Amino acid sequence: MVENPGKTAQEMARDHREVAVSEFFEKNRHLLGYDNPTKALLTVVKELVDNSLDACEEARILPRVWIEIKPDGADRFRVMVKDNGPGMTDKQIPLALGKLLYGSKFFKLRQSRGTQGIGASGTILYSQLTTGKPTTLIASTGNGKTSYYEIMIDVKKNEPEIVSHQFIEDGKIWHGMKVEMTIEGRYVESRKSVPEYIRQVAIANPYANITFDGPNEKVEFPRSANELPPLPKEIKPHPYGVELGILRRMLKSSKSRTVASFLTNDFSRIGNGSAKEICKLADIDSKISPQRLEITDTEKLFKAMQKTKLIRPPTDCLSPLGEDLLIKGLKKEFKAEFFDSVTRPPEVYRGNPFQIEVAVAYGGELPQEGSIKVLRITNRVPLLYQEGDCAITKSIITTDWRRYGLSQSGRSIPVGPAVIVVHLASVWVPYISESKQAIASYPVIIKEIKLALQEIGRKLQRHVSGKRKAEMQKKRREIFDRYLPEVAKAVGKLTDKKPEPILNKLKGIVKNYAKVSEDGRGKEKTENSG
Amino acid sequence: MVEVKKKLKTLGEDVLKDINQRKNPDIDIPIRSLSNVIYDEKTKQLTLGNKVSKRYLFNVAHAKRFMQTMLVAALCKELQKENIHTSLRDLFYALKRTLPNSNENTFDEQRESDPIIVDLEVMLDILREQLHLNADVRGRVVGNAVIKDRGDLINLGKLGSGGWAIPSNVENLTLKRVNAKYILVIEKNAAFERLHEDKFWKKQKCILVTTQGQAARGPRRLIQRLSMEYKLPVYVFTDADSYGWYIYSVLKYGSISLAHISERLGCPNAKFIGLTISDIDEFKLEDFTIKTKDVDIKRAREMLKYDWFKHPAWQKELKLMIKRKIKAELEALSGRGLRFMTEVYLPRKIKKKEFLP
Repeated sequence: MVENPGKTAQEMARDHREVAVSEFFEKNRHLLGYDNPTKALLTVVKELVDNSLDACEEARILPRVWIEIKPDGADRFRVMVKDNGPGMTDKQIPLALGKLLYGSKFFKLRQSRGTQGIGASGTILYSQLTTGKPTTLIASTGNGKTSYYEIMIDVKKNEPEIVSHQFIEDGKIWHGMKVEMTIEGRYVESRKSVPEYIRQVAIANPYANITFDGPNEKVEFPRSANELPPLPKEIKPHPYGVELGILRRMLKSSKSRTVASFLTNDFSRIGNGSAKEICKLADIDSKISPQRLEITDTEKLFKAMQKTKLIRPPTDCLSPLGEDLLIKGLKKEFKAEFFDSVTRPPEVYRGNPFQIEVAVAYGGELPQEGSIKVLRITNRVPLLYQEGDCAITKSIITTDWRRYGLSQSGRSIPVGPAVIVVHLASVWVPYISESKQAIASYPVIIKEIKLALQEIGRKLQRHVSGKRKAEMQKKRREIFDRYLPEVAKAVGKLTDKKPEPILNKLKGIVKNYAKVSEDGRGKEKTENSG
Repeated sequence: MVEVKKKLKTLGEDVLKDINQRKNPDIDIPIRSLSNVIYDEKTKQLTLGNKVSKRYLFNVAHAKRFMQTMLVAALCKELQKENIHTSLRDLFYALKRTLPNSNENTFDEQRESDPIIVDLEVMLDILREQLHLNADVRGRVVGNAVIKDRGDLINLGKLGSGGWAIPSNVENLTLKRVNAKYILVIEKNAAFERLHEDKFWKKQKCILVTTQGQAARGPRRLIQRLSMEYKLPVYVFTDADSYGWYIYSVLKYGSISLAHISERLGCPNAKFIGLTISDIDEFKLEDFTIKTKDVDIKRAREMLKYDWFKHPAWQKELKLMIKRKIKAELEALSGRGLRFMTEVYLPRKIKKKEFLP
């Protein structure tokens, strides 16, 4: 027997080819949140809603979003998301959505929901993968012309494949975008589900008006605020937050003529002085062209950038919701008796500015039993999965909530009638995976979240202890009030007097004795032996 | 009874004074627990010390009992006014009701009202009987004696098999004629019936009283009166265990909870006839003994510390019981023969004067 001969290097080289990102996605869809039908349906809705809200905010339009999910045969759903955003020009439509990693956001550092340019086109890819059907895109910029597209994605080329294209000229003036597709999925109404996601979106974006027309019910989430948070500013990357690979790409695509000007133009917080210092430390000529930098020099430059002392990145690029909006969002969805929020000053992890906001709702109609509800939000996007791996969950369970009026056993989610919202706003949120469901546990992020939680905890504790005191006082008062008529009658009988005046006198003094002191204890005279 | 009425009124007026001065009304109640009970070696009686606890209206822990005290006092005042008597149980039912706009009752159980009556007795230094309150009837008597109760003459020797049930209030009885050499007090009804059937009281010329367990006030007072008015010795016959012996000590010295009236109820000259642990060997009762339980031993250990059990003879018996972990009931004697108690045990003990102090 002759052994099956191995492939030659030439043969192997022939087999090698570039794998288009869309093809990669097709094979690794779980990385992007499409691992099971339930999660896939949620991911589709999430990506489309994220896009709509981002578009509206960028155009400074108060968002109005319609979401429709209707069953379309067994295990299939027709998903429609429509917004009142700026819309898109006719040419832009297929490219913006029919090509992965195409987008305006990837090379910018700005706080936004999506960043990678995979989201919306990923949904189209998932749709065609599971149902083989094209996605309908309808958009108008308000010029009276409406574009109608049906597209698919050419997976090998990572290019849009236009199935149908026409203009609808019905004279209707509108602006916005409508995406409609059929996908495989499963619809549930549990804790990690589409309706819960939309509810949390409404809480995190109280200025948005959302209509959800689901398979079982139609729900309106009216806006509770009429102002948009300020548009986040775009910033250049800070040297501390840059990876070697990215640095190399930035050098290649730079328009600057010298390394020094590359450093000052393409990064934040590098002036002429620091640029020279970096080049000196890296032992490279600051005047050579960035394109001509050797790989070893690039590495030296990278190390020098990390070693040089620089000012922290600017933080005005962040747009937190603000304490007021956070509370408005919570009030809309929870009937509680106490609301409060805390916004921390901006901080920086690995050169990326971020900011933590926390809000709490307590008591009222919130359930007394069971763990508190934790809403994890990043750049106004709620996270539903992988809570155990998330820096927010880790921060909550390592905070001692018993001090703040909730019960908690060991390192676990506290128990009590409370909802806690943690919002992380950042130009670059460090997710632990591409499905963007959990925040990585950078020590400085954990530290900031815990500081915010402790601050809100103290506010909560003040409320809870005040409430306990009032309850105690009321209870004492009730006890005394119940017995007073009996005592008055009996004392009346013993002294041959009418009971009414005695009762009135007792009622006059009961107040003094029902009071409780700061520690919640009654001002009792106790058993007194002698 | 003017005095009782006046005392109840004063109690009300003191509370009213506090109310008028906008003070937290309080009442002083002498403490009735071991910590405030003194054994008087001279009189051989348990008496109450002078420790007092205050009960406040405006104190969540006291409020209910304060109200209950006022309710009981007010009812007692009515009993005085109408000059009628009632039982402890009736008093409880007369006062039990649900407070308006609540699920709470003034009293839930008789266990709550009974101690309040004792509180009043101690506070006002008057007897329950003077408050016109009677306990449930318990305890019976037979013997060669004639008494007069509410105008009826009763011959205690001619009451058939049952004997005479002793009322809770024997203050107003008259002892007309008593022909006996001693009083034999028996803890248990079964032993009483045996002795009665065997005509023990006729043969021995004595009066038989059964307390049916811990002695109620009526039998205690009757035994005291018989013994004092006719100079009769009192012999007490109980099980050989810590509870039986404690029944004896209550008859003789008084009880911790009623230490305030020991003087009116105690029989300091009472003697203990049996059973003792030593009797078990003496009368060959070994086969009819019972193993002690933990509570028996615990109680015996407590009693070892009581001043009125410090006599060496008692210390010996208590220690024997703890050591041997056995006890014997009166019925053990029947093990030796149904008439062993009547014909052998009791006559021998009385003849030889084998008593414990």
